Amino acid sequence: MKASGVIRVGVWGLLIAFLLKPQVFAPAFAPLTQHDAPAIYDQGDLATLAWAHLGLVLTATSLSALLAIGLAILVSRGPGRAFLPMSRSLVGIGQTFPPVAVLAIAVPLVGFGIKPTLIALVAYGLLPIFENSLTGLSQVPASVLEAADGAGMSPIQRLWSVELPLARPLMIEGLRQTLVISVGTATLGSTVASQGLGEVIIAGLLSDNSAFVLQGGLITGLMAILLHDAVGLIAQRWQRPVQ
Amino acid sequence: MIEIESLSKRYGELTVVDAVDLIIPKGSITAIVGTSGSGKSTLLRMINRLIEPSSGQVRIDGRLTTSEPAPALRRRIGYVIQGNGLFPHRTVAENIATVPQLLGWEPARIAARTEQLLTLFGLDPAIHARRLPAELSGGQQQRVGVARALAAGPSVLLMDEPFGALDPIIRAKAQEDLRTIQRQLGTTVVIVTHDMEEAFLLADRIAVLDNGKLLQHDVPARLLTHPAHPQVMALTGTTDRALRLLSLESTAAIVTAGEVSGPDLPASMSLREALSALIWAGATAGNVLDAHGQRSGHVTMQAILTRGSAAR
Repeated sequence: MKASGVIRVGVWGLLIAFLLKPQVFAPAFAPLTQHDAPAIYDQGDLATLAWAHLGLVLTATSLSALLAIGLAILVSRGPGRAFLPMSRSLVGIGQTFPPVAVLAIAVPLVGFGIKPTLIALVAYGLLPIFENSLTGLSQVPASVLEAADGAGMSPIQRLWSVELPLARPLMIEGLRQTLVISVGTATLGSTVASQGLGEVIIAGLLSDNSAFVLQGGLITGLMAILLHDAVGLIAQRWQRPVQ
Repeated sequence: MIEIESLSKRYGELTVVDAVDLIIPKGSITAIVGTSGSGKSTLLRMINRLIEPSSGQVRIDGRLTTSEPAPALRRRIGYVIQGNGLFPHRTVAENIATVPQLLGWEPARIAARTEQLLTLFGLDPAIHARRLPAELSGGQQQRVGVARALAAGPSVLLMDEPFGALDPIIRAKAQEDLRTIQRQLGTTVVIVTHDMEEAFLLADRIAVLDNGKLLQHDVPARLLTHPAHPQVMALTGTTDRALRLLSLESTAAIVTAGEVSGPDLPASMSLREALSALIWAGATAGNVLDAHGQRSGHVTMQAILTRGSAAR
């Protein structure tokens, strides 16, 4: 096994061990606490929170991908091209509008919980996937498209068997960026009662317990790194081996 | 046979192809020549409906091209473009299999056909079939492009500047291969080129297009001896037309009996090359060798010069 493999397995092991047996790590966090406060988050199960966090992130990223890739396909061809500038602006607004503000606006409309968090995450995650997909689709050489048409592919066949495979590496790169951004941003969901790792951080801030803040941040950070790595691995597998 | 009837393409006020009538005989190579912007590529693309005509019609083997959906039509017509347009994510074999796959052939039939074509184009299936296009040389990529176009055995092959990106030596080989394979398969080839040398080398008939209008459609020699329009003359060139005319005929055409002292000239050699050989050797006549290498007679420099003059 190569060095990168050893590190990968090590980090996975560390995260899983911490989630399943957090008390084992208590001595490491104890110096950060004051007045005999608990060193490890005790108001809920860390593994359950991490699991909920991951589910939220994956759901939001899937929805972002569906919307962004669909939109990129639509505005990269035929009459859809007219909507390209407008789509760019809309998706851009999704990124520039702070997720906290989106939460504040969404809560009165859809209530507390997972719904406003999903809305904020999906809007925030559109841009990287959209722009990367658009770049990927537009950099397919004109001669390749003409050859596909000339061979008698229908527009759908051309999209499916030529354009998407050639745009895929960039699409995956966009997906990866969104995934990492979402893992961090999803902690904000805890302010509107969406279950996730933000709870640990907020609990730490409220009770002035740096140990909680640190462990919430560490789990979130490790999750982001591991997801980034996992997408890279999957993408590598997907690219067929060249003989 | 391709019958083109008063075919036009207009973009607003601009007429790119103007009421072109053209009959392309079955099993021939027809070159469409003209300057950039003459409408030659547009005319070609209207045959397989990559561009829809504004008016007029095209029949291939008697059947209107509008009688079926465009993708179905294109699967029956081979198409080769400059820079080959190979799919970079697909192997050589998969590229060649494109149209057969679209037509729903059995995998075994596709595999057999792919192997046959690779061999026909001088590529070893065992070595090249599973390579990606980027792993091939420019000449090999170009051959795969033509093989892909011929995969489903189309009766018509359309080529748009197919050899434009190749260096002179590889281009000459590709042109020779095209002629050989075209004769072998009997495919009707329409080739768009701005290279008159290429047109004269390959084509049985040449169609000259200028500003969207068809100026002349004739056998190559007639373009030189009876140009229908000053623009045709400008395009074919006036300074070297005698030599160009000589390049269209081989020594076999003017061989006379008897042996002379002079260089040996293959019967397949063009009169232009023969003239050059005679000048080089300082001789006034040479012996013609038939396909078996036997002397079958001779040609004189005087006879060659006469063939090259308009007064013949």
